[in-house]
Amino acid sequence: MIKVIQPGFFTTIQDTGRFGYRDKGVPVCGCMDNYSASMANSLLENDETDAVMEITMTGPKLEFQTSSFFSVTGADMSPELNGSPVNSYEVHKVNEGDILSFGKLMNGFRSYLAVKGGFQTEIKLGSRSFYKPVTDKNRIKERMEISIEEFKEFSPKISHIIPEARHKEHELLVYQGPEYNILKADQLKLLFNTKFTIAKENNRMAYQLEELIAGHAHKMLTSATLPGTVQLTPAGKLIILMRDGQTTGGYPRVLQLATKSIAILSQKKFGDKISLHPLGR
Amino acid sequence: MSSYPISIRPFGEQAILIEWPNEVSEAILYDILDFAESFKLDFKDALNWELVPSYNSLTLINRNKSIEFSKIRFQIEECYKNRKVGGTPQRYLWKLPVCYDLEFGIDLEEVSRNLGKRIEEIIKAHTEHIYTVYGIGFLPGFMYLGGLPGELETPRKSVPRLSVPKGSVGLAGKQTGIYPQESPGGWNIIGNCPIALFNVNLAKPCFVSVGDQIQFYAVTRAEYDLHKIETEVGIYNLDKIKLDD
Repeated sequence: MIKVIQPGFFTTIQDTGRFGYRDKGVPVCGCMDNYSASMANSLLENDETDAVMEITMTGPKLEFQTSSFFSVTGADMSPELNGSPVNSYEVHKVNEGDILSFGKLMNGFRSYLAVKGGFQTEIKLGSRSFYKPVTDKNRIKERMEISIEEFKEFSPKISHIIPEARHKEHELLVYQGPEYNILKADQLKLLFNTKFTIAKENNRMAYQLEELIAGHAHKMLTSATLPGTVQLTPAGKLIILMRDGQTTGGYPRVLQLATKSIAILSQKKFGDKISLHPLGR
Repeated sequence: MSSYPISIRPFGEQAILIEWPNEVSEAILYDILDFAESFKLDFKDALNWELVPSYNSLTLINRNKSIEFSKIRFQIEECYKNRKVGGTPQRYLWKLPVCYDLEFGIDLEEVSRNLGKRIEEIIKAHTEHIYTVYGIGFLPGFMYLGGLPGELETPRKSVPRLSVPKGSVGLAGKQTGIYPQESPGGWNIIGNCPIALFNVNLAKPCFVSVGDQIQFYAVTRAEYDLHKIETEVGIYNLDKIKLDD
């Protein structure tokens, strides 16, 4: 068991997401930065589908009530075990009573905490990923107890890795989206030559970009959207749908992020800059 | 068998968008659903694909990484050519109770003024017509319903509400629908449906499928309360009628 002493700004349990319910309007959910999450699991030799804790902006304070092993990847939030700094991207042993806490956000926006065997929260529609109303909770709360398995012994094959410095990347690779052809020359020029700023409105559902491009009057029938779909509103606002994003939408889908770029965007916060770089199709 | 010109395009690395002619038509919707059914039967790895039908499109999303578009495109074309017409699973007409009391229908009076119709006339028109489910999305269990009579077309509210109660039945433009959960929303609210459209604890969390039909019927406040309790304890019997293709 892990007891939540402080929950942090927005901390959830996530795995690789839900499959098979999008035609009923249920978003895929799952880790925003799936690359970092899978690193956390692989260090512990977990299954790729084991649930991890996704920690946004400021970290929680957690008390282990079970011996286990953990790793932290993604954003650097200065993790500490019993008050002493511990390295990210490394396997650490914890004993009953140990306290894991986080400090200053040094880079990125989302950290991933994995424990050996994965977090054992309820499985709803084939996934442990928090998403209200599919799961009872939309984030962890103070005093909540989260079930984990006990591990006393574990000799990791790889005890630490040196990650790619992905948080430094700010170029997002994009494919043409289904309604790419409604874009006119001036809109395309702005799309691919603007350093866009991440707006305040950014969360697991969508990231909005601050700068506008010219709007449009294109009407379309509602159609499917995906994580990484870039919608253009009639007013010229760009909205990038993320893992909890709606499954269908009526705004033109002008671009589609490469899978890798969704993970990179997930580490951006309000005020950060990104640019869009076209890929061939 | 009449076939439509369909367009098949990649949608990112893991998905394919198939589009039929750009119009709202039941014939197109059923052709999409026939194709979807053939795809599920014909494709070897059909279990790795999610199919999202909506109006004139079908999006195929692979759960694994990248897809080989050129190869799959050919398979899709073959599958469309060989699709079984009328192979769609049984479709249903669902009859859903709605309480149109002003307590729930908080915009009924305004809609009545805007449309120049008495509230009873609005309720009569809303319950008389049968709607087709052209898509499910936006929120879990949210149905995009087509077939709203022109006499009920009314613009969405200029300022959306921050919170619309679960079950609210709304009108906006050419659409009507039910909010399956509390959410922000800009539709004109004319009533409330006590039946849960999405229940995560059921094997089939959403009883409605794209292609089904919906008809509303008016209930009193007392009936509403009864159905609400019945649906909460799981003994509400949904009123459904089999549809022939």
